[in-house]
Amino acid sequence: MSLKSNPAAAAAAIDYTHTPDARGRFGDYGGSYVSETLIAPLAELTAAYEKLRVDPAFIAEFERDLKYYVGRPSPIYHAERLSKKIGGAQILLKREDLNHTGAHKINNTIGQALVARHMGKRRIIAETGAGQHGVATATVCARFGLDCVVYMGATDIERQKINVYRMKLLGAEVVPVTSGSKTLKDALNEAMRDWVTNVANTFYIIGTVAGPHPYPQMVRDFNAVVGREARAQMFEQFGRLPDVITACVGGGSNAIGLFHAFLNDRDVRIVGAEAAGDGIETGRHAASLAAGRPGVLHGNRTYVLCDDDGQITETHSVSAGLDYPGVGPEHAFLKDSGRASYVGVTDEEALAAFHELARTEGILAALESSHAVAQAIKLARELPKDQLVLCNLSGRGDKDVHTIATREGITL
Amino acid sequence: MNRIDARFSELKAQRRTGLIPFVTAGDPLPEATPALMHALVEAGADVIELGVPFSDPMADGPVIQHASERALAKQVGLAMILGWVREFRRRDENTPIVLMGYMNPVEIHGAERFAREAVEAGVDGVLLVDCPIEEAQAAAPLREAGLRQILLAAPTTDGARLARICDAAAGFLYYVSFAGITGADRIHLDDVRARVAQVREQAKVPVAVGFGIRDAASAQAIGAFADAVVIGSALVERLAGAATESEVCTRARDFLMPIRAALDVEKSEEA
Repeated sequence: MSLKSNPAAAAAAIDYTHTPDARGRFGDYGGSYVSETLIAPLAELTAAYEKLRVDPAFIAEFERDLKYYVGRPSPIYHAERLSKKIGGAQILLKREDLNHTGAHKINNTIGQALVARHMGKRRIIAETGAGQHGVATATVCARFGLDCVVYMGATDIERQKINVYRMKLLGAEVVPVTSGSKTLKDALNEAMRDWVTNVANTFYIIGTVAGPHPYPQMVRDFNAVVGREARAQMFEQFGRLPDVITACVGGGSNAIGLFHAFLNDRDVRIVGAEAAGDGIETGRHAASLAAGRPGVLHGNRTYVLCDDDGQITETHSVSAGLDYPGVGPEHAFLKDSGRASYVGVTDEEALAAFHELARTEGILAALESSHAVAQAIKLARELPKDQLVLCNLSGRGDKDVHTIATREGITL
Repeated sequence: MNRIDARFSELKAQRRTGLIPFVTAGDPLPEATPALMHALVEAGADVIELGVPFSDPMADGPVIQHASERALAKQVGLAMILGWVREFRRRDENTPIVLMGYMNPVEIHGAERFAREAVEAGVDGVLLVDCPIEEAQAAAPLREAGLRQILLAAPTTDGARLARICDAAAGFLYYVSFAGITGADRIHLDDVRARVAQVREQAKVPVAVGFGIRDAASAQAIGAFADAVVIGSALVERLAGAATESEVCTRARDFLMPIRAALDVEKSEEA
């Protein structure tokens, strides 16, 4: 069935809980575009994960850490003052910023570290953009007594100094990556190179729903706790499902985490907020779904930002965590099927939302999450007061305070 | 007959080990690429692997990665590369050319268009590093157009999978000598020898060994049991910084000729 010819009919027919297929395909997207050397370790990982994901003891282990170590469930908070100020629909915030380490990323790293432990791998590698995934990985490695090496673009190291230091405090080695654009995509390339060289004893904890199969599925499954919780909390607190849900999308892990439990609720509108940087029309952005095209990057087929010769282009966003030229294949599939829509939010809109939320609700959101808040504000403005907009507040903004001060010409 | 197949039957008849140098198209001097290709042939290359630069070469080490970055900085693209192949073909009708690169440029050009243009220019095979047999459907138009899709086998490839790869292999099979990236130096000769013997037994096509071959000695050691050896990073490193076309060609010949001689000595001794 071609999704593009009749998206509405196609979307209605899909049972989203059944994706991906055995080859790791979400419709036309996903798969395993990796060098031959990595096929065997990926197959080993897939086999281990397929067993663990339905193993009650493993699930109990994971849930125990989510509760007592991460501090779940995270609440849904009704941002009443913000909603009132906007004057439209009610804005609800899923407070992933209140998790241990300050973002949703820990859900995934706990899960993958447990998988690594079951597979007997003692050395962990990871890539990081904003540093949140690096911190979350370094944290769980300390927690489980595993060696940890984090690859990070030299540009990102410069703009996320505090997170770099946090990783070091947690005992991780942070390796600067100076190739290419010196950002997240290059850190991912370098981590892959490490993995291919050290496959026997090393587990690669990918931080987003990208990469080769089974990563997009595994990272989604570990983050899907966000949406499962939120769905139950909506009934508990509001007696019904939200009208719209929204989240920021870089690679897309917090977004798929929220969206997944709602995919089969056809009445819930789903909107992803991508980083439009200086504006999509300027070319300085990171909106792979809104402005990219299908291609192959980092082991999967998905929407990418590239030139007519297939070279991946450098992206721009004020938030390092969204500064990525690809996106998880499941989002590509949701876009084509029409089940979700993806829109751009500019740096300026995100910063305005950051300040608005800080002043009206006393919450400093991460710059990444501020894109989602900006989108929630836009949506709320267009909708009546009795409608509910649920926004994933995926991380806290402490790490961004320096960036924001610098942008506003303030020396701390 | 595809030039790759023809060349390997000649090598077999002559009981010679094939020499397959890899260069990144457009590096170090874009305009010197056709001359460089001729120099490689003069120095004894049997097949030329021409790297198509990619912005995110996940499987490559720093040497080839930097060569790609240099070429891309000089706006080297597919149209330019195929132009060089056409130019090379005016003086060389026989040496097979394999384009080596990553999937995204093929996807973006469209596999059918990519295949048509490559065949027209005189390309004989394509090696897509990030296209394992699971995703081979994406490269079907290349094979349909008559190009050989060169497949890889690695130390981590298990028995059942190796059989599938050997079954699907065309042109030649590229055996990766160790788990790692290009340009690293981690060869364990005994392991490679044992594995290559196993692969050669199953494969219907010749087996070339690459990764970690840096000089005459390592080429000779591997050449003793492989049908061909691939040399990439060490050659690319040698060419880097050459300032003129003649310097590029001289360096290429000086680097490759001792390796050619070592491969030929080894086979004549064996004979």
